[in-house]
Amino acid sequence: MALAAVAAFAMDGVESRRVTVEADVRRGLPAFTVVGLADKALREARERVQGAIKNSGYRFPEERLTVNLAPAYLRKVGPSFDLPLALAILAATGQVDATATGTAAFAGELALNGDLRPMRGALAVAQGAHRHGFARIFVPRSRVLEAALVDGIEAVGVDTLTEAVDILAGRAEPRPHPPAPAEMIDADALDLFDVRGHNGLIEAIKVVVAGGHNLHLQGPPGTGKTMLARRLPGLLPPMTREEATEVTRIHSVTGRHRGTGLITQRPFRSPHHTISASGLIGGGATPQPGEITLAHHGVLFLDEWSEFNRGALEALRQPLEDGRVVIVRGQSVLTFPTRCMLVAASNPCPCGMGGNDCRCSAADVARHDRRLSGPLLDRMDVTLYVARPTAEQMQGQVPQTSAAVREAVLGARAVQARRFEGTAVSCNGQMTPRMVRELVAATPAALDALNLLHDREGLSARGYHRVLRLARTVADMEDSERVHPLHVQIASSWRTDAKSMPVAA
Amino acid sequence: MTATACDACLRRTDLIAALAGRIEIEWLGRRGRPQLLALGDEALLEWAGVAEIGARFRGFAAAPARAAIAAAGLSAVCRCEDDYPPGLRDLPDPPAVLHWRGRLPAEDDEAVVIVGARRATAYGTEVAHGLGRSLAAAGLTVVSGMALGIDSAAHAGALEASGRTVAVMACGADRSYPARKQALHRQIAASGAVVSEMPPGFTPFRWAFPARNRTIAALGRATVVVEATERSGSLITADLAMEIGRPVAAVPGPITSTRSAGTNLLLKTGAEVVCGAQDVLDLLFGAGARAAPSRADQEPLSPELRRLFDAVRDGRGSPAELAGDGNALAVAAGLGELEMRGLVRRSMGGTYVAVLG
Repeated sequence: MALAAVAAFAMDGVESRRVTVEADVRRGLPAFTVVGLADKALREARERVQGAIKNSGYRFPEERLTVNLAPAYLRKVGPSFDLPLALAILAATGQVDATATGTAAFAGELALNGDLRPMRGALAVAQGAHRHGFARIFVPRSRVLEAALVDGIEAVGVDTLTEAVDILAGRAEPRPHPPAPAEMIDADALDLFDVRGHNGLIEAIKVVVAGGHNLHLQGPPGTGKTMLARRLPGLLPPMTREEATEVTRIHSVTGRHRGTGLITQRPFRSPHHTISASGLIGGGATPQPGEITLAHHGVLFLDEWSEFNRGALEALRQPLEDGRVVIVRGQSVLTFPTRCMLVAASNPCPCGMGGNDCRCSAADVARHDRRLSGPLLDRMDVTLYVARPTAEQMQGQVPQTSAAVREAVLGARAVQARRFEGTAVSCNGQMTPRMVRELVAATPAALDALNLLHDREGLSARGYHRVLRLARTVADMEDSERVHPLHVQIASSWRTDAKSMPVAA
Repeated sequence: MTATACDACLRRTDLIAALAGRIEIEWLGRRGRPQLLALGDEALLEWAGVAEIGARFRGFAAAPARAAIAAAGLSAVCRCEDDYPPGLRDLPDPPAVLHWRGRLPAEDDEAVVIVGARRATAYGTEVAHGLGRSLAAAGLTVVSGMALGIDSAAHAGALEASGRTVAVMACGADRSYPARKQALHRQIAASGAVVSEMPPGFTPFRWAFPARNRTIAALGRATVVVEATERSGSLITADLAMEIGRPVAAVPGPITSTRSAGTNLLLKTGAEVVCGAQDVLDLLFGAGARAAPSRADQEPLSPELRRLFDAVRDGRGSPAELAGDGNALAVAAGLGELEMRGLVRRSMGGTYVAVLG
């Protein structure tokens, strides 16, 4: 047989697309050509594959060899086509049974000695293979736990090209999967119990997490804003199996996952403030997910919010509202999921001290406020001031544990799950203005209270909706069907408004 | 829009604008208020000694100047006319022409000056805002300079009470300086007046600020300084007010803060103490003659709300600080209720301050 085809998968954003690797061997001067929109790493596969085949003791055809990657319009990126490429050549030269390669898909980067190196996106590849009805997926053994997360397809982990050939030929059986290594981060390592002197904030944080509201923490440096933010993922309800699989796939595709199987911790991403817009929402010549996608189902934390590039913050708006970001490049349109809780921290003024200790000029403070009051303030339902705890509070207060807070959160989430059944949103924080009007169920007295704030304190229309959204969660915490004036009062004391900035601005 | 000012006064205004650069050079060596403005036209020309300016002065035509004033949407009145604000006549060097947009204070308007530092603390802006609001609510016109910090806060307070407020500009009255206060400039023109002695479009020189301070001081019946360092321009306003016999008052500040050193110095040298709007009303109309609109102390509050309100007044600002280890939900609800009753308001970063009574 001088022609063979093997199934592989190309990464397209965080999805995988089927690719057929065809190898054709015919008489002629020895040559090795790869066609079909391959990138640099893939074109270099010629050298790796040739080395790996020869060093594994197989014959490399000293003839005219053409490899085609179909479909031709799809850009193929990365080195994980090495294994399917090698197997296509071996099948075309009759060294592997072509019928055995037909029922499986393959992925993996080859070393020159025939070993398989770790790869990115094993989960996405396995999902693609399952979608296309393959019975088996061959991946590097170091990533087999990831591929094994997909039900209904047999994940085969191999260490070398020889091992793959032997299993295909029936000379060897697939080895059992290696044991899952211990989780890198212990869930209990970041417990609310370690945060001392901030008991006054816990009730508000409970509500924020329960409703999935975006949160703005303001306060002088060193008071514990970051410490609190880091503990928020641990307060959210555990991820469902689908959510966890999605998170694992995203992190695996971007090479941030070390093959430890399913990620069960909600992600916490804290990009530095010098990040670009495409770093934040995704992009690049070969579009990669941004930080907001890496924070999908978790928490995106923007520390020193006012220092972020305005364009980058502006770019976050639409993904935060839609729960996904669409990136268009010349040849492709990619969609990345971006459902996350946004938490931002800022100092009250450039010097950080705020209030009477502030040493900033009015112009500096005004500039600082303008940066804050820009594109994202609208998306922040809650602003909490994190004051420096007194020594007495640090020592005297007994903090709550994350588990206790999570329990209260779960109760309110159950109420919301009933409310949003059959809609695209899952919590109050994601409600659109229209949903706020239709689903909040505020009593006339509660609306009167809100109107009072609107008229006298200059609450904006957006601010009005934010308070209502938050009040809905406050009511959900006590399983109250209607939103009463009390709930509005509580919500309004935690609200975000443009006027929470000094009048001097 | 009427530009009634007489030819001679318009010509003098044009002369001062033409000499602005030379006045700046002279002024930089002396500081304080520019003494040159007290000179007559001929004396100014002689001092300047520039032929071109003399020619411009003698060739001055009033009609285009009036047209420019009207085109800028301003009105004008000069010191030769009856409509000229009478308070300004107390000055040794009253502005020749007053340009304004809005409604000029009438003779029976009771106006009070609130000024202070641009670099103000949260305390200072809150006090200025509160005084502006309460005094405007009591029917007074709040006069200030629309600078950043205290001045703007006083204007904003008066606007919040839907009261009258007048901003005296160092630039032309048609312009907003600082530029970012354009919205405030518009609002003040709509509910009071923006005024200036300089012609429309004038870009302020540094001497123009102490110069306009004399107009501020003379427009009010008393001057209240809210926050000032020892070198603050608002002390110039206080000096000018004293010179023309207007009472001066100051708001005390922490003795450890340089931002209050100027006001504390004023108090040491005999200025009246202002701890609230009532003190200003007492100063103007005699003790107890007029009462500031009632506030917290008269409001019936439950013991819990009273305790919470007192804690806010003590300076514990954020909901979390106020809650401490106690019932955070009750505190949050209490703050919401106090705000809706107008006793506290949200300030920086979600902290709360008591509304001044």
